[in-house]
Order: sequence, then C-alpha cells, then structure tokens
Amino acid sequence: MSEVPQIDPASVDPKVVEAIVLQGIPHCAALGVKVIAVKRGEVTLSLPYKPELVGDPASGILHGGAVTSLIDSVAGMSVFAAMLKLQAIATLDLRIDYLKPAAAEKELYATAECYKLTRSIAFVRARAYHPETPDDWVANCVATFMIGSSDKPPLPKGTAVPGVQA
Amino acid sequence: MTVDFPKLIAEAREKRDFSPFLNAVPYFRFLGLSVKPGAAEGELVCVLPGDPKLIGNARLPALHGGVVGALLESAAIVQLIWSAETDAIPKIIDLSVDYLRSARPVETYARAIITKHGRRIANVRAEAWQDDPAKPVATAHAHFLLG
Repeated sequence: MSEVPQIDPASVDPKVVEAIVLQGIPHCAALGVKVIAVKRGEVTLSLPYKPELVGDPASGILHGGAVTSLIDSVAGMSVFAAMLKLQAIATLDLRIDYLKPAAAEKELYATAECYKLTRSIAFVRARAYHPETPDDWVANCVATFMIGSSDKPPLPKGTAVPGVQA
Repeated sequence: MTVDFPKLIAEAREKRDFSPFLNAVPYFRFLGLSVKPGAAEGELVCVLPGDPKLIGNARLPALHGGVVGALLESAAIVQLIWSAETDAIPKIIDLSVDYLRSARPVETYARAIITKHGRRIANVRAEAWQDDPAKPVATAHAHFLLG
C-alpha cells in the first residue's frame, strides 16, 4: 500500500510546506531557504544572500545554479500546495529564462503558481525577484511535474507535521 | 575580492587544469565541482560529488533537481570556456532541463556539446549521468551570451 498523508483541505498550513522544505529537502536547508508565504497552489520561498553561492566574485552576483535550485524548489512546493496531499512528485522539465543577474548582497524571493493540475501532471509557472522590486524579475520559469512518481511521501519517516494525517 | 578571471581562464586552457578556475568561483566550491577529461578529444566532464547537502528528496533519497540543473549549466560553461576565445565567463540566457531518471545522491557526471558557437550567442546541449553514460539522468539545452 502506498502511504499518502493528507493535508487538511480547509487550509494549506504553511507549516506543512515548511516541514517539507526544511526536513525533506536537505539542499534547501543547506542553501538557507525559508518559507515566506503559502496559499492554495501558490508558494513563495526566499534564498538569503550567501557569499558561498556567488558565481562571479568580481560582481558578487549569485550563480545561476543557486537560482535554479530555488526555483525548482518553489515550483515543487506550489504543486504540494495545489494537491492538498503529500504524494511524491518529480520534475519532468524546467525551463528558466535568466532575465537579469541577481543583485549582490540582496535576498532573493521566488513565487510559483501551480496553474493546472491533472491526475498525473502539474503545470507550474514561477518567477524570482528581489522583494524590494517584485515586478522586476531576475528569472522566469515554466515547469511540469509528474504526480505519484513514487509511493513514498516527500517527508522523512517519523516527521510530525501539524495538519497531516499520516 | 579581486580575481583575475581572464588569467585563470587562459591558464585553464593552457594547462588543461580547471581547478584554479573552479576554486575561484564560490558556488563551484560549494558544490564541490571538479573537471576531468572526457572520452572524446576536447571533451570535458564535470564531476559532482555525492554529498548529503545536495539532496532534494531525503526520503528516496534523490539529488535536488536544481543541483542537476546547476551541474548541466556548469558543464556547458566549462566546455564554452575551453572552446571559446573569449576570456569572460559566459552568461546564461536560458536553460531547459529534461529530467529522465531519479538521480541518486552519488557521484554524478555531465558533459556538454556546443551546438552552435556564434559571435555573441552560443547554443549548448548537455547531459548528466551516474553509472552509465548511455542512461542519462537529465539532459538540457541552454543559450549563453559570450564576451
């Protein structure tokens, strides 16, 4: 039997997304990713400015790879926020346009919206920006995810999450 | 911080050793990235170590999709630096990644092929694999702005 814990459909508890990000995704914890906002089908995460994520020491701008990880993470979280159940998902494809470099010393936000959800596939669009200038995007993304890619839920065993009936 | 990238890039090309260049980029150090010669002449392979901090799904466990994307981008950058005459780091314009298999948190490799090397824009394809190069875990294509 596959284990599919449910999120209380009355609300998407940001703590559920927080638990997945911080306990289920070690790379997000390593990057220092934080959950900023969670709505039904829409999630915002932040990436702090860290010197070890710099791609060009002369300018201090973040490497594109760090932006890619933030966007892939937020895109996946928006699918959980849309599904309302903790089924495993897997990225099928991710297309990112790098519109401008992420500024040095500035925190980066990324917001993703799961705008279409079918039984097997989730369609997502996402953008990265500095919180001071939310309309001046650093990157734009479209992504698709496969739903039910594994029978294991996206949380480590024994994780206690409020609102989730395991 | 002042790093003489044109010098590091010229040295990497001349000495066929990318480690001083990789060491000068903080994010490459964070990933633990290294470069080795590939099977084909002039082909370079980027090597990503199996590191718990690069995991994107602790339950499976699997490598983070963003890290796989970063590895593919890095392979493209290294191949462009090797092949191009410019001494500047190519700037990524867009990246499209297809994820083909779940990547385990073990050593992962990537190589890139420059499809079209224009004066200002390069089009690059890249693929990443683990045990078997014939079974890529992900492929990508990307555009870079040169010089």
